[in-house]
Amino acid sequence: MAESWTAAPANPAERAGYVAPPPRMGFFTDTSLCIGCKACEVACKEWNLIPGSGLDLLGMSYDNTGALTANSWRHVAFVEQSRTAGWQAVPPLAGAPTGAAASPTTAEAGGAASPEQGTLPGVAPAPDPAPAARMAGGGTSLGMPGADLPGRGDRGGRGDLRWLMMSDVCKHCTDAACLDVCPTGALFRTEFGTVVVQEDICNGCGYCIPACPYGVIDQRRGDGRAWKCTLCYDRLRAGRIPACAQACPTDSIQYGELDELRERARVRVERLHAEGVTEARLYGHDPGDGVGGDGAFFLLLDEPEVYGLPPDPVVTTRDLPRMWRRAGIAALAVAAATVAAFVGGSR
Amino acid sequence: MAEAHPVGFQWVMEAKQRGAKVIHIDPRFTRTSALATTYVPIRAGTDVAFLGGIVRYILENELDFREYVLAYTNAATIVSDDFRDTEDLDGLFSGYDPTTGTYDRTSWQYRGHEEESGGHQTVTERNSAAGLRHESHGAPISGRVMRDETLQHPNCVYQILRRHYARYTPEMVERICGVPRERFEEVARAWTENSRRDRTTMLVYSVGWTQHTVGVQYIRTGAIIQLLLGNIGRPGGGILALRGHASIQGSTDIPTLFNLLPGYLPMPHHAQHATFRDWYTSIQNPGQKGFWANARAFAVNLLKAYWGAAARPENDFCYDYLPRMTGDHGTYQTVFNMIDGKVKGYFLFGQNPAVGSAHGRAQRLGMANLDWLVVRDFFLTESATFWKHSREVETGEIVPERCRTEVFFLPAATHVEKEGSFTQTQRLLQWREKAVDAPGDARSELWFTYHLGRIIRDRLMGSTRPRDRALLELVWDYPTHGPHAEPSAEAVLREINGYDIATRRPLASFTEMKDDGSTLGGCWIYTGVFADGVNQAARRKPGREQSWVAPEWGWAWPANRRLLYNRASADPQGRPWSDRKRYIWWDEESGQWVGEDVPDFEKTKPPGYRAPHDATGVAAIDGIDPFIMQGDGKGWLYAPAGAVDGPLPTHYEPAESPIRNPLYGQQANPVRKLYPRPDNPTNPGPPESHAEVFPYIVTVSRLTEHHTAGGMSRTVRYLAELQPEMFVEVSPELAVERGLTHLGWAHVVTSRSVIEARVVVTDRVAPLRLEGRVVHQIWLPYHFGYEGLVRGEPANDLFGVTLDPNVLIQESKVGTCDVRPGRRPTGPALADLVADYRRRAGLDGHGPPVATADAARPGDDPDPEE
Repeated sequence: MAESWTAAPANPAERAGYVAPPPRMGFFTDTSLCIGCKACEVACKEWNLIPGSGLDLLGMSYDNTGALTANSWRHVAFVEQSRTAGWQAVPPLAGAPTGAAASPTTAEAGGAASPEQGTLPGVAPAPDPAPAARMAGGGTSLGMPGADLPGRGDRGGRGDLRWLMMSDVCKHCTDAACLDVCPTGALFRTEFGTVVVQEDICNGCGYCIPACPYGVIDQRRGDGRAWKCTLCYDRLRAGRIPACAQACPTDSIQYGELDELRERARVRVERLHAEGVTEARLYGHDPGDGVGGDGAFFLLLDEPEVYGLPPDPVVTTRDLPRMWRRAGIAALAVAAATVAAFVGGSR
Repeated sequence: MAEAHPVGFQWVMEAKQRGAKVIHIDPRFTRTSALATTYVPIRAGTDVAFLGGIVRYILENELDFREYVLAYTNAATIVSDDFRDTEDLDGLFSGYDPTTGTYDRTSWQYRGHEEESGGHQTVTERNSAAGLRHESHGAPISGRVMRDETLQHPNCVYQILRRHYARYTPEMVERICGVPRERFEEVARAWTENSRRDRTTMLVYSVGWTQHTVGVQYIRTGAIIQLLLGNIGRPGGGILALRGHASIQGSTDIPTLFNLLPGYLPMPHHAQHATFRDWYTSIQNPGQKGFWANARAFAVNLLKAYWGAAARPENDFCYDYLPRMTGDHGTYQTVFNMIDGKVKGYFLFGQNPAVGSAHGRAQRLGMANLDWLVVRDFFLTESATFWKHSREVETGEIVPERCRTEVFFLPAATHVEKEGSFTQTQRLLQWREKAVDAPGDARSELWFTYHLGRIIRDRLMGSTRPRDRALLELVWDYPTHGPHAEPSAEAVLREINGYDIATRRPLASFTEMKDDGSTLGGCWIYTGVFADGVNQAARRKPGREQSWVAPEWGWAWPANRRLLYNRASADPQGRPWSDRKRYIWWDEESGQWVGEDVPDFEKTKPPGYRAPHDATGVAAIDGIDPFIMQGDGKGWLYAPAGAVDGPLPTHYEPAESPIRNPLYGQQANPVRKLYPRPDNPTNPGPPESHAEVFPYIVTVSRLTEHHTAGGMSRTVRYLAELQPEMFVEVSPELAVERGLTHLGWAHVVTSRSVIEARVVVTDRVAPLRLEGRVVHQIWLPYHFGYEGLVRGEPANDLFGVTLDPNVLIQESKVGTCDVRPGRRPTGPALADLVADYRRRAGLDGHGPPVATADAARPGDDPDPEE
């Protein structure tokens, strides 16, 4: 059942029992090339026949999708920040007149937006807009998408402005907790090393949802089953590239053999650093991280939290064997004590 | 560009990865700005001031590409002594007539050519948007001119240019545009440092640039810079217009315009072109240099394509069957005529003026006053349902039960459901095959037009009325196929290409066109697209299998030439300017021009050729005249003809502006086309009073997620959900000033209308400091309307109708407005609100003053009609 998270073959497909599987395939999403066109979202929905996500203006910059959900397997986050991108020598708004910051009521209205979509993984929209208002009045930025509301307390006057865009997707973890906890075998590891839900087997138990350290997998309302990115398993088997990567006009989404992508990403980061984009860093590329490395990893331009990504994800089933061991020892101890009690009592 | 042309932007990103510097100048910080290496915020409507500042920077620092400028442009040409500049006349050029609001351009001519200009017909030219016909060639001008090769003569173009832009200093740019001086200088440095023998710079604009009362002059300013820096006719240079729709280039080549015929032949005007000879000689302009000398052949071939055997030399090839222009028949004049009951029927082919055109209320009221309206579209757009769902139904101005217009909605086939060609901005024709059958009753435009014509001709069969002869004698014999009798698009393309009538051999080049009626061709510039009987537009040879210019992908007009005026890519002696930028050069051994592309020059005319003094037409082009379609063979820094609003671009404030023009007494374009009617008011601005009633600048543009008026995106779930509601972007500062809350409601008011939208407060919209005060701009997407999955109020309702005088395009990218918190009033209260604004703004029916320069006599409003 559970895949080992300790020493094991590097290719999760081999660990899953495939004999001589094809190379592990994955995504490298380079956010320094993303122009926020959302072609990935649309191509994904077109190919996979996903229902609409709801017609809600979220007020989170140009992000009206909100999150990865059962009905959105690619999600483009937009983050407006009062910082300057490394490739811009001069702050974009330097010299623009400054004025009063936005009122706390502005942020309050923003916090009150409540879209109807999926089960809303991650932080739920604030039922109480007061925290958003407090945030606008001052205090600390949480760095989350949408937390960077206009008038945020730490803005240092006009000048700096950066607009980050990032197409998020299922990470296809090396150590995938969703797959570990799935009782029906609906979730499985493909020969390409990706993680896929079989819609005809999923019974909607929902165990996988809290298991995902990224909040990716989600139950569809009115359907109950769990849905997420398949890395276009059907297209891969037909020798084609995933729909989102095919549609991406700027090669922000790159698909290929994971080893090759990791090398490509390393070179890209070096190049960006040399060009002065010192904020560039990789996320999810390291096989030594808490999920054994992601099959879909990213080049980011800020801390992962800014994009709504956990800084140090850990496969939620990591501690299960130890827990089971302890539970076993405890059970044995209880049993032993019981036996001892009976044995002792008979004396 | 990332915002409106994300697919094309991939090449910018690729260039950026190779080290290119990307500069983005835009009133608001867009997705393009986010990726650009330099972002420059600017006040909407001030581009001539910004670019004029660059011209001054080039000239004052002598950074022009002197060898190129001297040989290939009209910098050395001497202009008439009678010419007076805007510096002399407070913002007007010489020849201004305040009674008509137009120029007599006699004094703008080159010295010695003052009486050859045809410069007195500016009212007619403005009404017929005559500037459009210059898309493929320059305005008429005689070939032989006086020059001063030292560029020192006070009336040579170079010196006139220097004087004209002398006051466009970085400080002035900052004052007018709100662009900080350092930022402006950074752009100027980047542009000039990257333009020389071995480097070129490309100027890319999107067509919002044209939607200004000085739109043509924006592009002219760009052209001046690119010519001064030697960036025209060379690889990696040029001026690229990113078109707003597929095949917009094609729709001016084979036009859907009232004033042009295919191949930029002008639609005849009843007074100017009474006879066939009048018409074609007006195009040829005898005595000038260049290829337009063959205009008679192009005209004959077009008429032969229309009327076939009936078109004979003795009846002037049926020239009299062509309709004649009598004045302004532009889309906005037509709309006002509809309101006035002068128009009975209207066809809309994939156009949605109820949302997409300026002054939505006028559009809808006009359409409500027809006998019939045909709408061909994919969905029931607002232009098909205005009579039951619109603002005017809410206010009671349109009553569905009483609306007299009978609307016929006919479903249209999409681009994948029909065959045909697209012509993109590089003039490249690309053929597309039909992928799937159109559903239900949806049909192609070709099917609709062909069968409509067939049925009309059937109805008229046997008619002896002279007026029906043009229709009955039309050649209307396209082969059809399939269950719906779909006409063959290739047969149409074959006719456009042209052929020898006796043998039906397709012509290979427009030089094979005869003016005796033995050949025909529907659009001379497209001749060659069916050369050798092969659909050249359908070629799909991969780039890796051919040269980097990829001449075997599709087909480019003219003559499959990928880069126009490419003679300029070589120096006057015919050598490449540099090895890095080599493209076309003179090969001494073979005695011809060779290189990567089809030379845009007579193949065997050597660089040293100098035309005899009495030569005309093609023979008059010297070996150093790359601009072969211009009357003098030169690139025009100074335009003695062509533009009706000035030989040099000049900063005028938009028709609606919150500030006084800091450069001249003349506030706005003195030749702008006005329709001063009570239903088309203009917000007041300086020097008039009451400007404070509309204190903010409004600009509109696209979102990536939607397409134009939204008929193809608001109706599609996966697109609609990405931008599900109409919104207005405001700066945090304006939000505080007006009490707007993020995601709350606001309404935006002009003297035409009021619309409501959700508020998005963002730092991406920054206030500007102008003339010592903070001026706010707001931004709106223009995609929303009353139909579709997601709805909102149309931003174009806010704008009035004031047009560029050269091409009759409306100023709908900048205006003034007020912003108020909360939702707009409904019903009659809505009309009251707008009326109250008009009253407070002092708009009692009179139009704005046109000439505000001291040099013009104040008073009389110009007569807008001839």
